[in-house]
Amino acid sequence: MNHAFTTVMKRELAGYFATPVAYVFIVIFLVMTGVFTFYLGNFYQRGIADLDPFFRFHPWLYLFLVPAISMRLWAEERRSGTIELLLTLPVSLWQAVAGKFVAAWLFIGLALILTFPMWITVNYLGDPDNGAILAAYIGSWLMAGGFLAIGSCMSALTRNQVIAFILSVVICFGFLLSGMPMVLNLFANWAPQVLIDAIASLSFLAHFSDISRGVIDIRDLVYFALVIGFWLVANMILLELRKGE
Amino acid sequence: MIEAIDLCKKFADITAVDGLSFEVKPGEVLGFLGPNGAGKSTTMKMLTGFLPPTSGSARINGRDIGEDSLAARRLMGYLPEGAPLYGEMTVIDFLEFIANARGLNGAAAHSAARAAADRLHLERVLYQQIETLSKGFKRRVGLAQAILHDPDVLILDEPTDGLDPNQKHEVRKLIQDMSSDKIIIISTHILEEVEAVCNRVMIIAQGRLLADDTPAGLIARSRYHDAVTLVIDQPEQIASALSELPEVSKAELNEGELTVFPAGPGLFDAVSKAIASHEWDVRELRLEPGRFDEVFREITGGQVS
Repeated sequence: MNHAFTTVMKRELAGYFATPVAYVFIVIFLVMTGVFTFYLGNFYQRGIADLDPFFRFHPWLYLFLVPAISMRLWAEERRSGTIELLLTLPVSLWQAVAGKFVAAWLFIGLALILTFPMWITVNYLGDPDNGAILAAYIGSWLMAGGFLAIGSCMSALTRNQVIAFILSVVICFGFLLSGMPMVLNLFANWAPQVLIDAIASLSFLAHFSDISRGVIDIRDLVYFALVIGFWLVANMILLELRKGE
Repeated sequence: MIEAIDLCKKFADITAVDGLSFEVKPGEVLGFLGPNGAGKSTTMKMLTGFLPPTSGSARINGRDIGEDSLAARRLMGYLPEGAPLYGEMTVIDFLEFIANARGLNGAAAHSAARAAADRLHLERVLYQQIETLSKGFKRRVGLAQAILHDPDVLILDEPTDGLDPNQKHEVRKLIQDMSSDKIIIISTHILEEVEAVCNRVMIIAQGRLLADDTPAGLIARSRYHDAVTLVIDQPEQIASALSELPEVSKAELNEGELTVFPAGPGLFDAVSKAIASHEWDVRELRLEPGRFDEVFREITGGQVS
């Protein structure tokens, strides 16, 4: 693998565990998934052995938790001035952006893996479709990548982490809601069907719900890859334009 | 060799660097000197490839910093202004990270990090978190990461800022030790530092190059150069007596010190003879090399920006 990219990624990943950020995040993530699944998701009352109540709330958890991870990615480098150190090393902008992104993505992946007691529970209680569960895990992780790429880009805009957080939540919220009737109804009466379809097709929820039902469609994978790619390229352009400010 | 060709940098409505051109050769220790806000740091940010110039270009050993940026950056070690560091890392982890980013691996990275730490006397704090260190240590960690890969070109933005006199002396010695085959550019607003380590000075103000000379050459521009200063009783009488000498152009009294300025060579001898023949009671007699601060003020026009 690319040496400079790996170097940046390893440093970032180690950085999460050098501070309490990693532990706080993982604990909150596990507690919240538990609360949502068992209380709001009626995991037991449904009487069905699957993880749908677990995955159904992931988009809403990510909406706040992923920006909390991504807000420091670049804002912190800008505030402390280390961006000047990093970007004058023989590391290309792409390697730096991708290294930071992948480190954060792997970290969220770790938090996701640590929800495995949920999977054990459902297997203990019944006989779920483990292939569908695996697909849903992959879909969830891909969606987290989409949120993360948006957050990374917003973090490059400012040296203030709070601003980065709020901007990320707002944009992620837009992406989440774009498939919901409350948004689509705004357009339904006047916009051409093509536009409505386009807006609906941007929805994280629609693409995630396909995968979480256990159907890995190549179109959904391409969709998340495009979302991640688009926001990371925007991230690079923003950095290039504004790194000196 | 560093070649800067007509470097310009504009931020919105201010011009930070305005048409700087210069060359620096190996063995030269170049001091960027100028008032705060003169464009020293901005010039360094452009030379190291952090900021793209608005116009103009720079080449490091023939590598264009814009078009062949990674190759040019490999040749340089850089201490940015304020020595920014990753505070949550330990010193050794940080230096190994820099070594990795510079393409060194495993044992080679570790030994390069150790060697750089030893040169800056960081042994004691190797396993301490950077954010817990004193300002002096932080600055030395910043210097250690800059010299770690033994670069051909070292660019140091205010390398001794925040150090105590002993540490300043150490850093200046380090710069001198490394200077024989490297290009070193430092920025500073401490005049004595330029005299101590640089063999070339560029005075920059408002983004323009105002003087490019050796420290000795700059000092020789001072009107005090080769003047003679005496500390004596009754300076008024002696001032008028000395003014008669053909070698003296002017005599000035300042806080009990009498300074006579030369009209030509041989002033010091002439003044010594006059003292001997009149048997004046002189408490102090010195030949002035020139005053750097005065030259600096004159060249920069006393600007405060």
